[in-house]
Amino acid sequence: MAATTQFRTCPTTGLKIDLAAQSLIKANAVAAVVFLAIGGLFGLSIALTRWPEIHLLPVDWFYMALTAHGLDVLLCWIIFFEVAVLYFASAVLLNCRLAAPRTAWVAFVLMVVGAALTNVTVLQGESSVMFTSYTPLRAAPNFYLGLIIFAVGALVACGNFFGTLVIAKEERTYEGSVPLVTFGALTAAIIAVFTLASGAVILIPTWLWSLGYINHIDPVMYKLVWWAMGHSSQQINVSAHVAVWYAVAAILLGAKPLSEKASRLAFLLYIFFLQLASAHHLLVEPGISSEWKIFNTSYAMYLAVLGSMIHALTVPGTIEAAQRKLGFNKGMFEWLRKAPWGNPAFSGVFLSLVMFGFLGGISGVVLGTEQINLIMHNTLYVPGHFHATVVTGTTLTFMAVTYLILPLILQRDVMFPRMAQWQPYVFGLGAAGISLFMMGAGTLGVPRRHWDVTFADSPFGFEFPSAAFMMLALNGLSAILAATGGLMYVVNVVASVFFGKKTADKPMKVAVPVSTSGQPAAVGAYGSAGSLNIPGTITLVTIFFVSFVLYYYVNWKYLAEVWPLR
Amino acid sequence: MAVTPPANRLWWNEPIHIVELGWIVIAFIWGLVMFFTMVYWHSIGEQNLANETYKVVPQSFAAKAEAMTEKYTVRDEVGIPVVRPPPGSDVYLIARIWSWWPILELEKDQSYRLHLSAMEYSHGFSLQPVNINIQIQPGYEHVLTITPNQSGKFGIVCNEFCGFGHHTMVSPLYVVDRS
Repeated sequence: MAATTQFRTCPTTGLKIDLAAQSLIKANAVAAVVFLAIGGLFGLSIALTRWPEIHLLPVDWFYMALTAHGLDVLLCWIIFFEVAVLYFASAVLLNCRLAAPRTAWVAFVLMVVGAALTNVTVLQGESSVMFTSYTPLRAAPNFYLGLIIFAVGALVACGNFFGTLVIAKEERTYEGSVPLVTFGALTAAIIAVFTLASGAVILIPTWLWSLGYINHIDPVMYKLVWWAMGHSSQQINVSAHVAVWYAVAAILLGAKPLSEKASRLAFLLYIFFLQLASAHHLLVEPGISSEWKIFNTSYAMYLAVLGSMIHALTVPGTIEAAQRKLGFNKGMFEWLRKAPWGNPAFSGVFLSLVMFGFLGGISGVVLGTEQINLIMHNTLYVPGHFHATVVTGTTLTFMAVTYLILPLILQRDVMFPRMAQWQPYVFGLGAAGISLFMMGAGTLGVPRRHWDVTFADSPFGFEFPSAAFMMLALNGLSAILAATGGLMYVVNVVASVFFGKKTADKPMKVAVPVSTSGQPAAVGAYGSAGSLNIPGTITLVTIFFVSFVLYYYVNWKYLAEVWPLR
Repeated sequence: MAVTPPANRLWWNEPIHIVELGWIVIAFIWGLVMFFTMVYWHSIGEQNLANETYKVVPQSFAAKAEAMTEKYTVRDEVGIPVVRPPPGSDVYLIARIWSWWPILELEKDQSYRLHLSAMEYSHGFSLQPVNINIQIQPGYEHVLTITPNQSGKFGIVCNEFCGFGHHTMVSPLYVVDRS
């Protein structure tokens, strides 16, 4: 096999790129973008329905759109893109051939077929059970079957990633340990295996149940196992997008990890502890003890949160250190002011880093606190939180790195560079608005997954405060902004991939050429050897930590004000 | 760089800088603080969700709710009975598509043992504007003690998707001052 593998040499980085890996990255990334476009459209229609003055969709369409939205963006867009990231982090970064390109194509086809089957089933209208498909709500059998096929495909893709790592090691295509980015991708892949296995454990019996072969699925057990897939899959995202943060900082600025050991430890903590997060969805469930809830919801004493908090210092820290090395040394923040804000790969990653931490991270820990969950569970606060993690975090990061993948891997110039420059800001602002205003409405009690919070059709009704309706209107406006940003991305990517100019065969302007040719750099040039000069990052992290502590205890205060219950 | 193998092949021997180490220690301690805050709240806090739960057949739960309703109905609203059970008693609330049954009228500052269960699908008990949210599952009878500390008319909104009539599933809950 190895003899027949064809490579090209990247003029910018000097990396050998397996052409089969390149085509697979392209196919998976394009499929991802298609599902983002479809899912994003559903998302917009949902936000416009929640806006009471517009109330766009009729009730059955609303719940159908909500089901499809979750599937298409949370599952299809993200997993297709992650498969592209896995192939990049293994074959490309390790200078290696992809283990089994044909199997990788089989994986791709399975994923496309599965995603299409589930989508078609949802659009037939008999399977509006939400993305979570909590039993005893019953969808058509093909809804589950499609998901199973998709998961099998994704699992095969992960297998290919692992295989490539083995081959790279055996064929000595790199020296020493795998790069940090590959290590992060490996973390994502390991969590993915756990996730997809949990998915199989719950979706196969549920499929059989919907066919009538099994007569009862316990609803609490279903949630426990389903969320071992549903929540852990979000941890694949976290690992993957943190890996991408490091990659973009390295490619654009030549950034080095402050300490390989600390950053890898942070990823390792993800592998050990993130899987416990299923508990986040069971905090106000009957039949589960408080001890179990506390231990699991906190990832065994917040050890996975510790991982993320380490990255919260090391990612901006590597950027600051790199910028200072390039000469931006004045004062505390020259490195940040003079960062390449006009480069969408950088701006997207940095915006994502800040918003993921401040909006997504803090709200997630608060929401996942056993007792505080009582005042937030199933309100719009929940989607507010996860739009901060998955949209401003993962999605924005994946969009940002696309602007590097286009020229470096797909060999196409970005067709509309001006539009690309603005895109992360437009999308980021919209997504931040969606998150904040949904969280705001949620703290006022507005439920998630609800077609009409004015209760016009109900004999009794209930009136939410007018501030809640203002939040819903602002959420709608933010969704329009985010959809505009999404459209700018999709149009640019599709146009560039299919009609863009081939990149000239000369190096692209990135700060420092990537090279794995094996000359070891001076050991401990900065960072790990004890010259860690990152005052700006320390200030940012301090602000983050203070906000975190304040917001955490403010919510305990809110909790203490509600009716006593025990 | 992060996209190349570590420059120092023995990277695990590199010391971690004091700034990074300091942050790791702070973050770790903060994790412990948050963990023990949850534990501590179980001893001092007044808002802890009960763990008392029984497996139950929906029909037998409904029968218990009906027995209570028969005893304590004071009036009815749009065909649904309003019950005013005595303080300290067992109060049953059925969640079903797409209503809550019966309507409860409780006294302020009195405690009640509230039994929650669902008939067919999962439902969400969302007490508004107090904003207490509890999941209700068919086949599970969840028993908690609540003490309303405000009087007035409240709403119980269903906040778990339960079919196309989900948005109509809302009912009042009355808390009255002791007469």
